[in-house]
Amino acid sequence: MTIDTLRLTAEEAKGLLERGDVSGAELRAAYREAIDARNEELHCFLTLVDSDDNEGVPIALKDVISTKGVRTTAGSKILENYVPVFDSTVAERCKAAGLQLLGKTNTDEFAMGSSTENSAYGPSKNPWDPTRVPGGSGGGSAAAVSAGLAPWALGSDTGGSIKQPSALCGNVGLRPTYGTVSRYGIVAFASSLDQVGPVTKNVRDNALLYGIISGRDDSDSTTVDVPPVELPDGEDLKGLRVGVPKELNEAEGIEPGVAAAVRRAIDLCASLGADVGECELPRSVEYGMACYYLIAPAEASSNLSRYDGVRYGLRVPADNYYELVARTRDAGFGDEPKRRIMLGTYALSAGYYEAYYGQAQKVRTVIAREFDAAFERFDVLISPTSPMVAFKLGEKSENPLAMYLADVLTIPPNMAGLPGLSVPCGLSEGLPVGLQLIGPQFSENTLFRAGHALELAIGFDTVPERLR
Amino acid sequence: MPEWEPVIGLEIHVQLKTRTKMFCSCEAGYGGEPNTRTCPVCLAFPGALPVPNETAVEWTIKLGHALNCRIAEHAVFHRKNYFYPDNPKGYQISQYDEPLCVDGSFVVPGPGGDTEIGIVRAHLEEDAAKTIHVGGATGRIVGSAHSNVDFNRGGTPLVEIVTQPDIRSADQAKRFLQLLRQTIVELGVSDAEMEKGTLRADANVSVREVGEQGYRTRTELKNMNSFNHIARGIEAELRRQIEMWESGGEVVQETLDYEVKSDLVTARRRKEEADDYRYFPEPDLVPLDPSTELVERLRIEVPELPGSRIRRFEREYELSYYDAEVLNGSAALAALYEQVALNGVDAKAASNVLMNDFVATGVDPAAVDGTELGKLIAARATIPRETFTRALTESGDPQFRAETYLGDALVADTAELEPLVVRILADNPGQVAAYKGGKQGLLGFFVGQVMKKTRGRADPKIVNELLRAKLRD
Amino acid sequence: MAISREDVLHVAALAQLELSEEEIARLTVELNDILAAVGKVSELDLSDVPPTSHPLAVVNVFRPDEPRPSLSLDDVFANAPERDADYFRVPPTGAAEESSA
Ligand SMILES: [Mg+2]
Ligand SMILES: [Zn+2]
Repeated sequence: MTIDTLRLTAEEAKGLLERGDVSGAELRAAYREAIDARNEELHCFLTLVDSDDNEGVPIALKDVISTKGVRTTAGSKILENYVPVFDSTVAERCKAAGLQLLGKTNTDEFAMGSSTENSAYGPSKNPWDPTRVPGGSGGGSAAAVSAGLAPWALGSDTGGSIKQPSALCGNVGLRPTYGTVSRYGIVAFASSLDQVGPVTKNVRDNALLYGIISGRDDSDSTTVDVPPVELPDGEDLKGLRVGVPKELNEAEGIEPGVAAAVRRAIDLCASLGADVGECELPRSVEYGMACYYLIAPAEASSNLSRYDGVRYGLRVPADNYYELVARTRDAGFGDEPKRRIMLGTYALSAGYYEAYYGQAQKVRTVIAREFDAAFERFDVLISPTSPMVAFKLGEKSENPLAMYLADVLTIPPNMAGLPGLSVPCGLSEGLPVGLQLIGPQFSENTLFRAGHALELAIGFDTVPERLR
Repeated sequence: MPEWEPVIGLEIHVQLKTRTKMFCSCEAGYGGEPNTRTCPVCLAFPGALPVPNETAVEWTIKLGHALNCRIAEHAVFHRKNYFYPDNPKGYQISQYDEPLCVDGSFVVPGPGGDTEIGIVRAHLEEDAAKTIHVGGATGRIVGSAHSNVDFNRGGTPLVEIVTQPDIRSADQAKRFLQLLRQTIVELGVSDAEMEKGTLRADANVSVREVGEQGYRTRTELKNMNSFNHIARGIEAELRRQIEMWESGGEVVQETLDYEVKSDLVTARRRKEEADDYRYFPEPDLVPLDPSTELVERLRIEVPELPGSRIRRFEREYELSYYDAEVLNGSAALAALYEQVALNGVDAKAASNVLMNDFVATGVDPAAVDGTELGKLIAARATIPRETFTRALTESGDPQFRAETYLGDALVADTAELEPLVVRILADNPGQVAAYKGGKQGLLGFFVGQVMKKTRGRADPKIVNELLRAKLRD
Repeated sequence: MAISREDVLHVAALAQLELSEEEIARLTVELNDILAAVGKVSELDLSDVPPTSHPLAVVNVFRPDEPRPSLSLDDVFANAPERDADYFRVPPTGAAEESSA
């Protein structure tokens, strides 16, 4: 039978396998064929895996997710030849669920970026328009799912690295509640923000994969028990209280086409039976970016200290230990990690801690409180995922601050550890627009329910027009 | 010349003897082939995460109780950032402004009264790995050809104890450390052996004129690996500082090494930047909020500690400070003493036997049945010296019964001893003549001869009487 | 609160980054821009607000003190740039200074 990887969902693939309509090897071969056909142009994969003991649904993993025996670079030269000797917990759980690994997907170096252009191995391209970025940092995973190179994939999201590329590529992306998915074996960027989550073609696949990877892990003491995942099947939003935070929907820089698509989706919520109302997050949006760009770099500066050329990774030889470390790090890290290490080191250094890092942690409390207040009145908050559709390669790469604005809408809920689901809600300038659904902590089932009903009502075709 | 007052504070690191490391499940403890006790966590492989050892946390709280600390309701692990080959993550997980135990005090009893040393804090952290310097002309670190790193020790739980600058002499510092060591050992949380590095101490040293308010610049003294070296190192540094001030110089804040051979302190080369550790709360770990129930349970589990036991011995057994201190040299010796003393043996006699004869045998006091030993000590006047000594040597045997030795009673039968006494006097006419000529001290010689012939079994009282009678003849 | 070239050099030393002249010049400009933007957090008076270092209100997560197997030496050194017998080899630090635990 012919397998259309552009349209086949993971749930359908699972069905085919269970009924014996296709074998795991046939499924794998179909995706390999798609990869052979389109990966050269899109550059989704950094490493391909030729065989796997598992025979289940194939999956692609962002290259910050450690895979035993399979090179894991985090998009960095400093880990160019690094082959983990252990599996991350999520990789282990995927294996235990029978999933077979197709390969490791491209990412901004150490997941720092919003376009995948910061990868040391070159950018990935957007399947809807290869002159444009797929978003980032998980651009490789998003582009792979969008272009049918994998039925689903895992990404990691610190400031928006699952939600934003999913929006830009027309996928469904979940950044789960902090602590619901183990970070063990995930190359760390910012420990209090990093969260692994699924990138899929639809919401049911997303819930399925979230069910596989989530749950408390003894190896990550920041994880907690997770309520059982419910596969959504309803078509309405009756009784759901949907809040529209003014600031997240009217932020400067939101493109008109994006705003229009989101407005239509908000109207749809009402016609599906939801109670829609306005709310405010005054300081979360205004101060969220500043807060994030202090906390994330500070944690990153410390997390990236282990790359010293002693136990693994790149080493630039020198006669003296300190010279060896400084040269190795200069040669191994690209511009963005260096920028963030410098910024984070500065924010933590003597005399500046209180004004920068300490103050940012207080802003974090303010943001969490604002969301708490909003969730007293609403079950779900709604906004665009990204203020803009996929932008041109190179358009923002020379201006770090302009690039940082790509995450202005995904950052505030992340600071509060909240789950966010990005669902495609239409096109603007022929490019996908993502809708961000934000819930209180552990409300993934509510987000799946809302996302599923909206996705049915919107009827978005996830296959890029040029590939149909 | 002004009179100088030493101001000394100590920073002590105690390696806990948990089975596993602080943040991973690798085996902890001394030994192991290099790098065989390592895993992704303690080698800081990308993505590895720490998970705290529950026992280490509980033991730290126990130690906090022993130091009369307040146990924090909310404690936090922080990252201390710096680069060094033995620090694989580029940061050490430690505690900073929210440690587990704070504001304690530790009383060191002495013959002239108690000395109370304030405890600033006791916090939990992880040990560094071991760097072995290979090659190089001098064998010193400077100029070594290269270093080899063994990560086995890296990540071992470490409690850092910081005292107030309350110590006023090198000897006081030494006595404080010795009693602290014994306290830690008796708590059962560490072997606390300086030679093995499971107990390490650095000293912050300054001096001021007697009566002077405030503190002068202090130096930090490191690299001392015995109680004596610590005392000598502090002495040397005090001398240096006093000389410096008296010659019109100024003490500068620096880290120093004490070198035993030369009895001198030398400055370490510093890396300037290393001073800014950029502490921040460890985001990979959640806070420690010990519950009241846990804190109270651990308080109850703390046994009577040597400091207060010394005072109790003085009081209850009317012992001198010196005796009480020696008997408290280990918990087992103290316990044995109490068992013996409670069995009706005279307290002073029991302490004499235990402190001298018993300790000399090298028998482990923990292995001895105090009731049986008590019986032996009570009967020591009625059994031969040789038998008594043999009994002490065998007192650690699980089969040890005092009765076995009590049967070996002294020969007090005059009829049996008289011929022997007569013969000895006949064999030594010269000494007999001398005795009769006024050298009364020779009596001891004749007693000794009798004892020798009877292998110590003769009752000295009877022998004395017999000898005096015969020599009068 | 402008960041100077000296500040950049100091921070680079703390972070163990041997930056080129070009990088130092560029980072001085970029860090000034970014710090001007993120410095916005100091506009707020948050003296009564507690800091959040963790998004979940979880405390007291522990591991029992039970040993589990360590890695094999093959795995320990699988990615090691330089190995000397069963040690990781590094050049000397050049300072008579042990890591202060
Ligand atoms: Mg310490
Ligand atoms: Zn380990």
